[in-house]
Amino acid sequence: MTAADPAAPLRLPDPVPGARILAFGDYQPAKVVTNDDLATTMDTSDEWIRTRVGIVERRIAEEETVTDMAVHAGGKALAAAGLPPEQIDLVIVATCSGETTIPNNAATVAHRLGIRAPGAFDLNAACAGFCYALAAADAAIRTGTARNALVIGAEKMSQWVDWSDRSTAIIFADGAGAAVVTGAQRPGIGPVVWGSAGDQADKIRVKDRRSFIVQEGQAVFRWATTAIAPVAAEACARAGISPQELAAFVPHQANLRIVESIARRLKATNAVVADDIVHSGNTSAASIPLALARMIERGQVPSGAPALLVGFGAGLTYAAQVIQIP
Amino acid sequence: MPAATEQEILTGLSEIVEETVGIPAAEVTPEKSFVDDLDIDSLSMVEIAVAAQDKFGVEIPDDELRNLKTVQDVINYVQGLAGASKA
Repeated sequence: MTAADPAAPLRLPDPVPGARILAFGDYQPAKVVTNDDLATTMDTSDEWIRTRVGIVERRIAEEETVTDMAVHAGGKALAAAGLPPEQIDLVIVATCSGETTIPNNAATVAHRLGIRAPGAFDLNAACAGFCYALAAADAAIRTGTARNALVIGAEKMSQWVDWSDRSTAIIFADGAGAAVVTGAQRPGIGPVVWGSAGDQADKIRVKDRRSFIVQEGQAVFRWATTAIAPVAAEACARAGISPQELAAFVPHQANLRIVESIARRLKATNAVVADDIVHSGNTSAASIPLALARMIERGQVPSGAPALLVGFGAGLTYAAQVIQIP
Repeated sequence: MPAATEQEILTGLSEIVEETVGIPAAEVTPEKSFVDDLDIDSLSMVEIAVAAQDKFGVEIPDDELRNLKTVQDVINYVQGLAGASKA
């Protein structure tokens, strides 16, 4: 028997140099809701919505739950990565609209995908959730806590929406996006720059489970168009690249005018700027992986090139990191 | 730095409006209402307020922004605050 040594150091394995994304996957509900559809039930118009938020149509889940959408997107990402489910040992679902708080969504999603006994947790950083979850997976892989992670953003924001409130009903939508993350000798996920502004917690809120989402549009717009570009620039600096070297800029799809404003300030002059909001609406934590999965599928962005992801939303929370496009 | 004159603020503000929403600077005259005459929406007003903050060095919070209906209102607000901060 070995005696206890009060001075024994932890004998840890060497850290893994980095992590990278192997593949993305996405899922959108079948039901399309156009601006004209909304104009039949509330005082708005296609032109009003297009000029204010840049959305033409959005997808709304009728039958699908958050876990259903997460399973679809996660399964697609696994298939694209060519990785069998049993190789995954960490599943993170970023969501603020899961159908249950107990149990969490991640364990159910993992089980339905045939992933056996992974670490599984939900993460709520609202619209910044995917970038937070990606950073958590990156850290878990670097420390050797996980070998392969499945990171999913899945949202059914439609459940929080008062369909007679034109300030929110025209914006929010449903969907899911996922990424498979693995260890790498050359890091393909840059350091995250994240933070929060809890003094503005009341700017986007759902008071309780029976309430609808309320957003102070002007205040959020001001914050997003002034505070987020510096965060984006810092994430580039931390990854050692200039904004001009970015091949893609994928900010949270909050509002096309916010997206364009941040892109202008960042001066990512050579980057394809994600505008998936036009046809997908604002899907909160799902919007970044959803947009990037669709850009990759359409061949709009080159494999191996750097892309900047920037999430921001309720909390207020924000997170940004540069990744290498799979 | 001496406080900006009314004409200087008008000129600076017209430039901001032209850059932000593409309305020719010459059309931005003191009596014009941002919403009714210039057809500027609430989000563009935020962009104009942020640009005006940078240009004139006075903060225009959302609560104040709601009360600034005309170009003259903004000129008065900037002059009032610029004067106040100087004193």
